[in-house]
Amino acid sequence: MSQSATQTIVAGSASGRQPALRRFHQARWDEPIIFELSREGQRGILVPEVEAEIREQVGDVLATVPEQMRRKQPPALPELSQPQVLRHYLRLSQENLGADLNIDVGQGTCTMKYSPKVNEQLARMPQMADLHPLQDEETVQGILEIMYRFEQILKEISGMHQFSLQPGAGSAAIYTNVSIIRAYHRARGDAEQRREIITTIFSHPSNAACAKTAGFEVVTLYPDEDGYPDLEALKAALSERTAGLLITNPEDTGIFNPRIQEFVDLVHQAGGLCSYDQANANGILGITRAREAGFDLCHFNLHKTFSAPHGCGGPAVGATGVTQELAPFLPVPVIEFDGSRYRLNYYRPASIGKIGPFYGVAPVVLRAYAWVMSLGAEGLREVAETAVLNNNYLLKKVLEVPGVSAPYARGKRRIEQVRYSWEQLAEDTGVHSEQIGLRAADFGVHYWTSHHPYVVPEPCTLEPTESYSKDELDEYAAILAHVAHEAYTDPEVVKTAPHNSTIHTIDHTPLDDPSQWAITWRAYLRKVCGRDK
Amino acid sequence: MSRAGGKRLGLIVNPVAGIGGRVGLKGSDGRAIQQQALELGAVPESPARARQALETIGAAENQLELITYPGEMGEDTARECGLEPTVIGAIERGATTAADTIGAAREMQRLGADLLLFAGGDGTARDVCKSVGAEVPALGIPAGVKIHSAVFATSPRTAGALAALFLAGRVTRLREAEVMDVDEEAYRGGRVSAKLYGYLRMPFRRRLVQGQKTASGPGEAASMQAIAAYVAEKMEDDCLYVIGPGTTTRAITSRLGLEKTLIGVDVVSKAELVAADVNEAQLLKLLEGHKARIVVTPIGGQGFIFGRGNQQISRRVIEEVGRENIIVVSTPEKIGYLAGRPLWVDTGDRSVDAMLAGHIRIVTGYNQQIIYKVSC
Repeated sequence: MSQSATQTIVAGSASGRQPALRRFHQARWDEPIIFELSREGQRGILVPEVEAEIREQVGDVLATVPEQMRRKQPPALPELSQPQVLRHYLRLSQENLGADLNIDVGQGTCTMKYSPKVNEQLARMPQMADLHPLQDEETVQGILEIMYRFEQILKEISGMHQFSLQPGAGSAAIYTNVSIIRAYHRARGDAEQRREIITTIFSHPSNAACAKTAGFEVVTLYPDEDGYPDLEALKAALSERTAGLLITNPEDTGIFNPRIQEFVDLVHQAGGLCSYDQANANGILGITRAREAGFDLCHFNLHKTFSAPHGCGGPAVGATGVTQELAPFLPVPVIEFDGSRYRLNYYRPASIGKIGPFYGVAPVVLRAYAWVMSLGAEGLREVAETAVLNNNYLLKKVLEVPGVSAPYARGKRRIEQVRYSWEQLAEDTGVHSEQIGLRAADFGVHYWTSHHPYVVPEPCTLEPTESYSKDELDEYAAILAHVAHEAYTDPEVVKTAPHNSTIHTIDHTPLDDPSQWAITWRAYLRKVCGRDK
Repeated sequence: MSRAGGKRLGLIVNPVAGIGGRVGLKGSDGRAIQQQALELGAVPESPARARQALETIGAAENQLELITYPGEMGEDTARECGLEPTVIGAIERGATTAADTIGAAREMQRLGADLLLFAGGDGTARDVCKSVGAEVPALGIPAGVKIHSAVFATSPRTAGALAALFLAGRVTRLREAEVMDVDEEAYRGGRVSAKLYGYLRMPFRRRLVQGQKTASGPGEAASMQAIAAYVAEKMEDDCLYVIGPGTTTRAITSRLGLEKTLIGVDVVSKAELVAADVNEAQLLKLLEGHKARIVVTPIGGQGFIFGRGNQQISRRVIEEVGRENIIVVSTPEKIGYLAGRPLWVDTGDRSVDAMLAGHIRIVTGYNQQIIYKVSC
C-alpha cells in the first residue's frame, strides 16, 4: 500500500484511554446577512476611469448591446470593502462544523470520508484549472486520457462493459439509468406496457424519486418480518408491466440483501432490467461486483465512495455503467481511444441523448482517479474492510447506550452504516432524535435526521467510513452516551440545545406544505408576493 | 371571563375510562360493567394519566387558563398538579356518565376553549365527537381499554407535549382523526365489530400522535390530493366504484366534485353519484350485472381495510367484485403509523379473509404504489 493510502485509512490505532468529552465552544458572531452589511458608496475596488484616448478609439462599448437586453437598473448587489467581505466569510466559516473539523460520521448514506488534500492540489493545478470544456479535443488529450482510464478502473470494479461520466450527481445517474431502461424497452416495442419501476423502501429514496421524475409508476416494497427486502412482495409486484428494479444494496439501513441474486433473477424472468444503486459502494469495494450479481446497470458517486469532496449540491459525478447490450443507449458523447488519440464520439443513434452538458466534471474525476491510483486494488478492498469493521465496532459501542436500537434484522451485522432509532429514549424521556443531534453539537460533532422516508422512528444514521480511528469512534460514542444520560437525568438541557454552538432551530412546518413552496420565480411572485402570474 | 394571559385549555377526565382493562373486562362502557370492575378491585387509571399529561404541559408556567369539570372529571387532577382551574358544571361524584362528558365538552366549546384535552378511551372520544364534532380542536390522552381511534396521542406525555406546542402556537396544523369504537357487547362476546363514528380535528405534528412515528414529504393533505388525482384519472366509464369511508377516499370524490358520506359507503360511476350511504343489500343489488371496483382505505389506528368501519362492504360484496378489482389507497403517513405491522382484514368469513390476505398493492400517491402485507 502506498504512502497516501495510509493517510486515508487510520483506523486501528489502539489505545485503552477513555475518551474525555471536549470543552468545545464554537465562535458565535451574530453575523448579519451580507445584504444587511451593505452601505451605499462602500467599495471593494475602485476601477480607474478609461483613458481619454482609448475612449475615443473604442467609443461607447455598451452601444453594441441591443437596447432590450440592457438593464434598466443596476443589480442591487451589496456594497462592501474588501476587508469587510473577508471578515464576513471568515466569521461564517467559524460558525460551521465542517467535514475537516469534526468526527463526521453523522451523515449516514453520505459516506463522509477524508478527501486527501494532495488531490485538492492536483485539481487546482493551472493545467486543470485553466481547462475549458469547449476546447478542441486535440488540446485536452491529457484529461481525456485520465477520464478514459478511470472508466477502465470503474469497469474493473463493477464488471460492467462501458461507463459514462457525464451525469453530474447521483440522482442524475439514476435518472440516466432509468432513461436507459426505457430506451431498452422502447427498442423492443415494449415501452408502453412496461411502465412500472420497482424499488424497496430502504433503497436510497433518489431511486423512487428519479423513476417518478422520468414518468414511471413506482412500486415500493416493504421489508419482511426479518427486516430484509421481501421476496414475496417482489413476486406480488412483478408483472408484464415491470420495466425494471432500482435497488440499493446494502440498503440505507446498512443491511445487505442476502437474496439479491433471487431478486435479480425474478426481475429478469419477468422481462425487466436491474439497476444497482452503488452511489455508496464503500462497504463492498473489491468484494462484490454488480455484474456478478446479474445487474444490467449501476452507478457510483465519486463524491462518496471515491473520496471527492461533497459539493453541497455542486458539480459532482454519478458515473453510470451498463452491460454490453445496453451500451448503445449511454448518453453522448462517449470517450473512445483508437490506440493513439482520445476522442469524444457524439454519433450514437441509439443514445438517450445528453443528461448534462459536456462530459463529466473533470476535477472530480481527477481526484477520484488519484485516490484509486494511490490505493491500488488491494487498497480499495482494505477501504471496504476497514469501513465495515469501523461500522460494526461503532454499532457495538452505540448499542451499549440506553434508549437506542438498530431496528430490522436485529442482532445481524451491518455493512457500512446503521440506521439507529432513539424511539425508546423518546418514549422514556420525551427527548427526540433531532434534539440529541443538536446537543451533540455542543461537544463538537453532529448528526442529521434527514432520513426519508421516515419509516424508522426517531432515526439516526451513522456511517463511520474508513477515515476515523478507534479513538475517534470511541469519542463519538462517548458523546452519544453522555447526551443519552442527560436525556434520562436532565432532559431540559438536551431539549434546549445547542448551548455551545451556533445552530439555530427553525420551524420546519412550511417545508411540509406545498401550498407555501415557492420553487420558481413565478411561484414566488404568486404565493409570496400575492401577484397573479 | 377575560382572555388575558394566553390560551384556554379544556380538560375532561373520564374517571371510569380504562377501569375494566386490568381486570380483563375488555371495556368499561355501561354502569353494570363499571360496578363489576370496581368489585373486582379495579382502580381508576385515567386521573393518573391525565396528571402525567398536565405535568408535561406545564400549565402554570405557560399561563394557560384551565377550564375543567368538578371533582374526578378534572378538578382533582388539576389541583394535584398545583393548578387553579376554572371549574364549571356539576356532577354526581362516583356516578358520572357519558352525559357528563358530552355536557362538559359542549360547555367548554361555548366558553371558547382553544383545545379540548380528554383522558379516556374510544367511548370518551365518541362522546366528545358527538358533542362538538370537528368544531373545536381535540386531543385524546390514552387512558381507556379500547384505543382504536386515531385521535389519541401515543402516551399521556406525548399528549401533553403536543397540547403544549399547539397552545403555544408552535404547532398549527390540524388533521381529521377517526373516532372508532367497537360494540362492547359483541367485543366481550369475542367478536370485534368496530364502527367509524366520525372525526375530531386534532393538532398534528410529526411523531407525537398515535402511530404518527413518521413524516415524509409534503404532508398528508398533499398525499391525499395526489392519490385522488391518480385514482380519478384511472376511473373507467363502464365501471361502478364502491367508495368506502374515510378522508382519503373522500379526497377522491371531492376530486370528482361529489359529496361523500364520510362514515358511510357511496357508489360512483362516470364521475356521478349513483347512490349514497348504501348498506350491504343495496350494494349487492346495484352490483348485479355490473363491472365494479371497490376503493377502500385503512381505517383507524390498527390498519383494517375490511371489517372495521366499512362492514357494508361485506364478504359477499367482496366476492362479487373480486380481489383484483379492489383498490386500496392510503397516505404514506398512514402506512407509517403502522410501524411495519401488517394491514388486517376481518370480513367474518375465513375463506374470504384468506383470499384477501397476502401482499397487496396500495396506491400511496400519483404514480406511486407500495406492496404491503395483509393479515387475517
